[in-house]
Amino acid sequence: MAVTFTLNGKATTVNVDPQMPLLWVLRDTLNMTGTKFGCGMALCGACTVHIDGEPARSCITAVSSIAGKKITTIEGLSADGSHPVQKAWMEEDVPQCGYCQSGQIMSAVALLAKKAKPTDADIDDAMSGNLCRCGTYQRIRKAIHRAAEMQAGA
Amino acid sequence: MATAPLLDRRRFLKSGAAAGVLLIGFSLDGRAATDPAQAQEKPQVNPFDAWVRITPDDRVTLILGKSEMGQSVMTSLPMILAEELCVDWKQVSVEQAPTNPKIYNHGTGGSHSVFGSWLPLRRAGAAAREMLVTAAAARWNVNRDTCVAKDGGILHGSRNDFLSYGQLVSDAAKLPVPDLNKVPLKNSHDFTIVGHDHARVDAKEKSTGAAKFGIDSRVPGMLYAVIARCPVFGGKVKSFDATKTKKVPGVRDVFAIDAVAKGAFTAGGVAVLAENSWAAMQGRNALEIVWDEGPHANESTETLHKQFLENAAKPGKVVRNEGDFVAALTGAAKKVEATYEFPFAPHATMEPMNCTVHIGPDKAEAWIPTQAPQWAQDVIAGVSGLPHESVSVHTTLMGGGFGRRYQADFVMEAAQVAKASGKPVMVLWTREDDMQHDFYRPASYHKMSGAVGADGSLAGWKHFQTSTAIAAMWNDQGEDNAQETEFGTAVFIPYRNPNYRVEYTLAKSGVPRAWWRSVEHSSSGFVVECFVDEIAAAAGVDPLEYRLRVIGDDRVIPDFTNPKEGRPLKTARLKGVLKVAAEKAAWGSPLPQGVGRGIAGYFSFYSYTACVAEVSVKDRAVKVHRLVYAVDCGRPINPDGVRAQVESAAIYGLSAALHDQITIRGGRVEQANFNDYDLPHIGETPLTEVHVVPSTEEPTGIGEPGLPVVAAAVCNAIYALTRKRIRRLPIRAEDFA
Repeated sequence: MAVTFTLNGKATTVNVDPQMPLLWVLRDTLNMTGTKFGCGMALCGACTVHIDGEPARSCITAVSSIAGKKITTIEGLSADGSHPVQKAWMEEDVPQCGYCQSGQIMSAVALLAKKAKPTDADIDDAMSGNLCRCGTYQRIRKAIHRAAEMQAGA
Repeated sequence: MATAPLLDRRRFLKSGAAAGVLLIGFSLDGRAATDPAQAQEKPQVNPFDAWVRITPDDRVTLILGKSEMGQSVMTSLPMILAEELCVDWKQVSVEQAPTNPKIYNHGTGGSHSVFGSWLPLRRAGAAAREMLVTAAAARWNVNRDTCVAKDGGILHGSRNDFLSYGQLVSDAAKLPVPDLNKVPLKNSHDFTIVGHDHARVDAKEKSTGAAKFGIDSRVPGMLYAVIARCPVFGGKVKSFDATKTKKVPGVRDVFAIDAVAKGAFTAGGVAVLAENSWAAMQGRNALEIVWDEGPHANESTETLHKQFLENAAKPGKVVRNEGDFVAALTGAAKKVEATYEFPFAPHATMEPMNCTVHIGPDKAEAWIPTQAPQWAQDVIAGVSGLPHESVSVHTTLMGGGFGRRYQADFVMEAAQVAKASGKPVMVLWTREDDMQHDFYRPASYHKMSGAVGADGSLAGWKHFQTSTAIAAMWNDQGEDNAQETEFGTAVFIPYRNPNYRVEYTLAKSGVPRAWWRSVEHSSSGFVVECFVDEIAAAAGVDPLEYRLRVIGDDRVIPDFTNPKEGRPLKTARLKGVLKVAAEKAAWGSPLPQGVGRGIAGYFSFYSYTACVAEVSVKDRAVKVHRLVYAVDCGRPINPDGVRAQVESAAIYGLSAALHDQITIRGGRVEQANFNDYDLPHIGETPLTEVHVVPSTEEPTGIGEPGLPVVAAAVCNAIYALTRKRIRRLPIRAEDFA
């Protein structure tokens, strides 16, 4: 089945099993590997993308359900890592293995879109579904505060 | 077939080139770095062939011979090279080495990378620098003593001339390589890179989605495969029907692969190959398989616990015996006894296991997130029948390693599938596969007895352990010497004790187990540091004061297991970190109502760590508010990288304290995904401070040493608050009933 959607600002059509999760369409059909597979059950957040601006777990999102919608992936945040959240991530040296960070960043961007100046509690709440086995959480908190400052100053 | 690395970890990691059969090639004890005879095992390599690439436009590429799994070797190791090479760090880019055991010791584990690479990389960088100096002196026709390496070039002060490395490299690379054992090294007072904070070189690609992990490998014409494995350890396929699988759109092939018990341990099973990962998973769901569940189908967490109790009721094999513990206990003013128990624990790397292999008629190529590229190469050579030189292994970034990726099971499977298919194939594990077919941290049970003298002194210490030893699985003599992998530094505790007895009994299990972040120290360290806390309480002395008192004078305690090669425990350094952590945490100062404070200090991987934890307990749940660490890992290469590793080990250790539990029923793992096996979330993250003790001692490990102290500090804090001792991990609500 052909499904058309907007991917990082570009009209995109794929011809795949309509039940195929968006995650695998991105990774295997479109070779956009920035979005990660972690659990396949919306339990770890590694596959987080934005659908019409809302954070969503692409591993349980059937591609048929996104027809006509706007999808943003980590690759769509900026071409060069210049998005304030990405910059904050680099300045706080957040990533270790780095595998979960695409999902962490997408969740953080969505949080800051709703709350320009989140508290620690807001961060813990919004980011609770994003697991990190390296335990970079303390730096994630710092980076989100830093990104909030950057965005406020912009 | 590949030959079997049936060795315990110590020998396994140490075997190196000497083993002949398997070129794992790095020594856990660092002999390669310190013993000239060992250092000469590999021929003198030209640093411009192995470590340093400079182009005429002055771009400097430094080669990484280890695997990056988050521990930041991609930054710290090139920093060592760059320091001796005298280049501007901003000039430098880093590239992963090709797998070539003749040049590199690729194996990455045992918190060994910086420790084992420190001298070899300094010498390689210094040799390159000296060759560039010689080339410049020849160009100018001056004495080389008048030339100085500086900022990526050679300066001749009196001539006021400067030649950049890019201008010199073609001459320099042709010069004889200086004797690496004699090449002059920089004075550490002149270090401008080592010892200073540097951002990770991979931070940008890991913040933009550009970083390529193993799972991101893409090869034209590749297929994606998943394997149905018997859920019961040791089980096999009896028969299978793939009729429905073959009807799943996108499925291209289905076949069985054998279990392997040599070269790597695999479960075997039925492989489903498809055009994409999703189709392969759907195809696997449609398989009908009859399993032969094998000999372990009755094993359970309960049967293992029963075995532990039976073993603990009898004397074990004597591992260490000094003085007369029985007499000490009889004459003790106070006796302290306690038992501790740990479950199997999974690695749960965020990137599930995967491996991409293409085996052609005369060459093979593989893309692998591996801590052991040489072992992987060996496995693929064995399965393909190709010589090692015809097997290119590309080490990719890893979405976590923690010891799991020191295995070659996932490589073996991918090689089998690729060989049978003839196409490039990625074998991908789902989260369920990963959680249910891990090589777990062993389950163990510890029975401790302590004798306290009338003056509060430690009059005797007995440590009995029974566990599902790693050695019993990996070493053909492992059943006889199972204790070798299970105590670590717990056989030479720093606490002065005239009557010291250590005993061990192997517990039998069909559950695979191996090296989990900090390995035996994760459990033995907990036991030692909780039990000494119990003894301090029995003696009626403050836990910090008691530790310092029974550690006593500055002593050098040899590694009991490996006195000749292992680094000794220096009590002054252990006391040092205990004091720093205590001071920074304001030990002894009043705490808010409902908050308790505990401490632990431990020696592992030749590094010293201490941790003070502040916790509260509400509704039978533990909240860890703050962790204050002090670490002494010798000279820190990248202090902020050291802090990051300790922050990380803290969360991994909290995971073991608060969550980690793999339970067995019917010979299989009961947990499957993050709904029934939970990791710490951001909201559970304590405020963590890491104080790196300045040191000029040789740099030692830091990927793992942060771990063993955290659960002990937390449980000791719980005792301080509630007077309840937690002796079984993970901590459960019922512990507070």
